[in-house]
Amino acid sequence: MKHLRPVNRKAALIEQQLGQEHAPAGEVVALQDPTQPGPHVPLGCSLVFFPGWEVDRNGGTAGLCQPVERDLFDCHIGCFWPAQVPDQLNYAPDWTAKCAAAQKDWRKIDLIFP
Amino acid sequence: MSALVAREMHRFRAAGGSFAYLVPSAAVFSLDETASAILDALDGKSLTHEQLHSELAGRFGAAGVDETLRELVRVRALGSTEPERPVPKALPVRPFPLQTLVLNVTNQCNLSCAYCYEYGEDRIPGAATDGPRFMSEDTARAAVDFMLKESGQSPVAHLTFFGGETLLNLPVLKSAIAYARERAAALGKSVDFSMTTNATLLKSDVIEYLAENDVGVTISIDGPKDVQDGFRVFKGGAGSYDVVLPKIKQLLARHKRHLIGARVTLTTRSLDVKRIFRHLTEEIGFAEVGFAPATTAAKRDYAIEGEGYEAVLEQFRALAREFLEYALDGRHHGFSNVKDTLEEIHKGMSKPYPCGAGLGLLGVSTDGDVALCHRFAGSNAHKLGSVAGGIDREAQARFLEESHIAEKTDCSRCWARPVCAGGCYHEAWTRYGDARRPNLHYCEWIRGWIHTCLEIYAELAVRKPEFLQRLDERVGA
Repeated sequence: MKHLRPVNRKAALIEQQLGQEHAPAGEVVALQDPTQPGPHVPLGCSLVFFPGWEVDRNGGTAGLCQPVERDLFDCHIGCFWPAQVPDQLNYAPDWTAKCAAAQKDWRKIDLIFP
Repeated sequence: MSALVAREMHRFRAAGGSFAYLVPSAAVFSLDETASAILDALDGKSLTHEQLHSELAGRFGAAGVDETLRELVRVRALGSTEPERPVPKALPVRPFPLQTLVLNVTNQCNLSCAYCYEYGEDRIPGAATDGPRFMSEDTARAAVDFMLKESGQSPVAHLTFFGGETLLNLPVLKSAIAYARERAAALGKSVDFSMTTNATLLKSDVIEYLAENDVGVTISIDGPKDVQDGFRVFKGGAGSYDVVLPKIKQLLARHKRHLIGARVTLTTRSLDVKRIFRHLTEEIGFAEVGFAPATTAAKRDYAIEGEGYEAVLEQFRALAREFLEYALDGRHHGFSNVKDTLEEIHKGMSKPYPCGAGLGLLGVSTDGDVALCHRFAGSNAHKLGSVAGGIDREAQARFLEESHIAEKTDCSRCWARPVCAGGCYHEAWTRYGDARRPNLHYCEWIRGWIHTCLEIYAELAVRKPEFLQRLDERVGA
């Protein structure tokens, strides 16, 4: 800062904090690299140790959150992550009928037209 | 573009410069001319970016104004006209480590000072009379165990002895110190000891004991003979000055490891702060002197009110200026009120509570009940458990919930609240019958005093930065 100069400790802390906001590390990424400066915020489901980064919804590690296609199933059903998917109860119940295993078959998912 | 307004702050000048104390962050920033002019322009009104530009770009350049506005917004000195979100009310994490335990080893006293909050007209009913007159050794030991347990992970605990007149129960003080040393050593901790006394019972062997055992001593004394003998009298009415003077001098000569402090109670009959200070430091030799107005109901004739507070403030200011001169010269000045406030300003403390009572500090009555602080010891209404049964977490949570600064609506618009937080619980109880209320009778005085301390702090920051470094060392990381 050029026009304000911190005098007491609290002001110095505020200046320090503001300096960090401008650093490139301010970008939020999943599974943030803890070696980056600034507070390490574990993002995603791991905050509650629910189906997420450490264990999947069955308590194993086969269905962890990382692949994007998991948004299609787990995140909005088993987890609380607000993934945008069609209304499968009323409007598009067969939306994923051809997709038996998301990791292999995700390309077979139909487009939905309103 | 939406309009900008100045957020809550207190502005002041020192060493020829302009400063802002931001509320509620308690940050102190020095302002350059542009920042100062922007805040002047926004004094009491809102202006848009364009209006600020047309007013100030001629003097400081459009780019300079923009850059300064950005900085002021980022430190939250400026904001939009939308009402600011209130600071969330966060209660301290509990169990909070106990730092200081005050043992009221007796509720008896050999003096009968008319203004005494324990025995005088404004006492808490029953607090000093319902329990046993002296704390037993067993209770004191239980209190030591309680303190070491409640201090949690903290390696140091502070044990303070109080009364009544503390030295009336010297045997228990001695045995508690020996026991605390032994238990603390077994647990790998250390304990500091301190006590307050009226000095009447400071005999040679007592002084020797206190010095050898490194017990910090605070002496309650009001000043020169005429002032001291006005209130601090024996039961028969005889003044105590002539009795205490030689004893205090003997203590000061022998006990060098700790700074021996004097604690002065001010009343309407003793408003000459400077004279008292001179007497206690120069003539008696105290290293530190702290002053506090007597805690009384408003109707007492010795209660300091309106003009009295102004008179005290004027003299506090003069002494604080003198403190500044000494500090600039690198010399010690014993006006402890100013030091305490400077430390809080330096740290940037923004307190949800006025003091650590009920949290890091607790008082113990003669029967072992734990209270908010020593002043409430023995009062059933302010009981927070017992040394045998531990802290009553429910009562503690209720007190912290109800006494939080967020509950003190009177304080919500006061810039001094980060330091004051409503003021002493006991003072509030005495004035208003409710410890949770803010002390509205001395708001002007507190604001005036903090303003003075801010000026002195900023002056030292500019002219003697190494003083701030020393403060850093004092207050720790």
